[in-house]
Amino acid sequence: MAEAAAGDVGLEALAELIQSHQADALIETRIANGELTLIAEASRIIELVKFLRDAPACQFTTLIDICGVDWPQREQRFDVVYHFLSMLQNQRIRIKAMLREEETIPSIVSLFPAAEWFEREAFDMYGIFFSSHPDLRRILTDYGFTGYPLRKDFPTTGYVEVRYDEAQKRVVYEPVKLVQEYRKFDFMSPWEGAEYVLPGDEKTSD
Amino acid sequence: MMDGGHNGDALREGEQRIRNFNLNFGPQHPAAHGVLRMVLELDGEIVERVDPHIGLLHRGTEKLMESRTYLQNLPYFDRLDYVAPMNQEHAWCLAIERMVGVEVPMRGQLIRVLFCEIGRILNHLLNITTQALDVGALTPPLWGFEEREKLMVFYERACGARLHAAYFRPGGVHQDLPEELLADIMAWTETFPEVLDDLEELLTENRIFKQRNVDIGVISIEEAQAWGFSGVMVRGSGWAWDLRRAQPYECYDDFDFKIPIGKNGDTYDRYLCRMEEMRESVRIIRQAIEKLERWRGSPVLSADGKLAPPRRGEMKRSMEALIHHFKLYTEGFRVPAGEIYAAVEAPKGEFGVYLVSDGSNKPYRAKIRAPGFPHLQAMDHVCKGHMLADVSAILGTLDVVFGEIDR
Repeated sequence: MAEAAAGDVGLEALAELIQSHQADALIETRIANGELTLIAEASRIIELVKFLRDAPACQFTTLIDICGVDWPQREQRFDVVYHFLSMLQNQRIRIKAMLREEETIPSIVSLFPAAEWFEREAFDMYGIFFSSHPDLRRILTDYGFTGYPLRKDFPTTGYVEVRYDEAQKRVVYEPVKLVQEYRKFDFMSPWEGAEYVLPGDEKTSD
Repeated sequence: MMDGGHNGDALREGEQRIRNFNLNFGPQHPAAHGVLRMVLELDGEIVERVDPHIGLLHRGTEKLMESRTYLQNLPYFDRLDYVAPMNQEHAWCLAIERMVGVEVPMRGQLIRVLFCEIGRILNHLLNITTQALDVGALTPPLWGFEEREKLMVFYERACGARLHAAYFRPGGVHQDLPEELLADIMAWTETFPEVLDDLEELLTENRIFKQRNVDIGVISIEEAQAWGFSGVMVRGSGWAWDLRRAQPYECYDDFDFKIPIGKNGDTYDRYLCRMEEMRESVRIIRQAIEKLERWRGSPVLSADGKLAPPRRGEMKRSMEALIHHFKLYTEGFRVPAGEIYAAVEAPKGEFGVYLVSDGSNKPYRAKIRAPGFPHLQAMDHVCKGHMLADVSAILGTLDVVFGEIDR
């Protein structure tokens, strides 16, 4: 426990340092589970990332990951989450930027060439646009795929299925036909958290 | 360059004008290590541009995980990097354990270390020997796969499956090892270094192998940083970065092992690193077995009943155990709301899980950070200016498996 606390002190110092240099780009800093998270302004992400990469006290020179998270109930629907690692300082950091559905976020490919595929993936999965990305194509989904599969409103089964057609001698795309409905089990206890209406309870709200 | 730029173009006419040649490598190519389609732009035999098309093995793992409970999601991790399955499970278990705050019993930790190192050897054996196959050596895979077979039997004896183990569980490992298994693994560690010696004899000083690998795919430390490399891809360039040492997880602190590093950052150095890492893994395995002897009979799975199910025998006698069992296998356990990134030093590099929990029994979002993804991305950068034949050597040294890249 003492060890974890010592780690948090280091993180707090780091958070303060970043706050003092990049106050404009930051909305909030959080420390949870022994990890430092910066909530950043999407439009100023490049300055912030550049500072984190170049400042001698940070040196976050390795881009670990970029990914999206979808929160459909929120007005700023998407989180773009960056993970960085400093092999020199042996430190990790996470940056989160929030975006509306129609907003774009500047690409950091000019700072980290490794960002290219990660941003393509976030685009492919969530439809997040990274402005001035050199080659924003789909990456994991099929050629000619439409829709953004990891959004919460995209069904797990998808919309089309493929099969080889013996008559036409080629692969054909058809709307998904399910023999039975896709089963989504809900084992949550009905006393806590379940969202469906229990039989007989439908009248209570009237 | 053969064509001298704009001036040359103006002078040449018709047939004389030279156009770059596009070549489709894959999707079904034995040296593509899975389903990878690469569009190569060649100037003669010199590679000018590489455009890897990935996603041919995309199964939507991350989407599927959002509608399954934490425990149901565990087997998906075996199917990512199917060459060293347990290392992936490890990252998932660590993420959950850190969120919930569960302590893994010592014997469980040691078994995890033991099987992670077996996974490392499984992976490196496959990588080294098939990379050698890509550059023309036929015998190494035959010898290497024989050892892999023995290791997979150890997997099978521990958990019942050769590949898709589902053995690491949040809170420990599924069950204790059978009685004779440790002695058999110990016996294997005594014969295995000889096999490594044989492999080295075939490859290390082999003239053809060196011609194909030395000074090919040179990566500097700066490049490795910029392209997000990890694991052997960084160590081969001379930086002793290893998560087992730098950010120790489990009980790697208590083990005595070295981190081999390369000097030149080329394909050959990375081969040497992997060879040396296997020897270190054998050392760790031997230490783990010795420690396990000391912890004989102690639990391997956390026993509070909140993450891991109670033992079968207990369920016959205790009502509470029965309730726990029922809850765990219907609703599953819940993870407190929040987020975490947990990474392990998988054989291929840093394998991480970014887990966002909303406090329910299913992950709200799980992002899998596969080491091969940024490695393969750098194909274009690394291959530029190399010969066509070097493409397969470089692809081999990047150590890609499409289960984890395409997810």
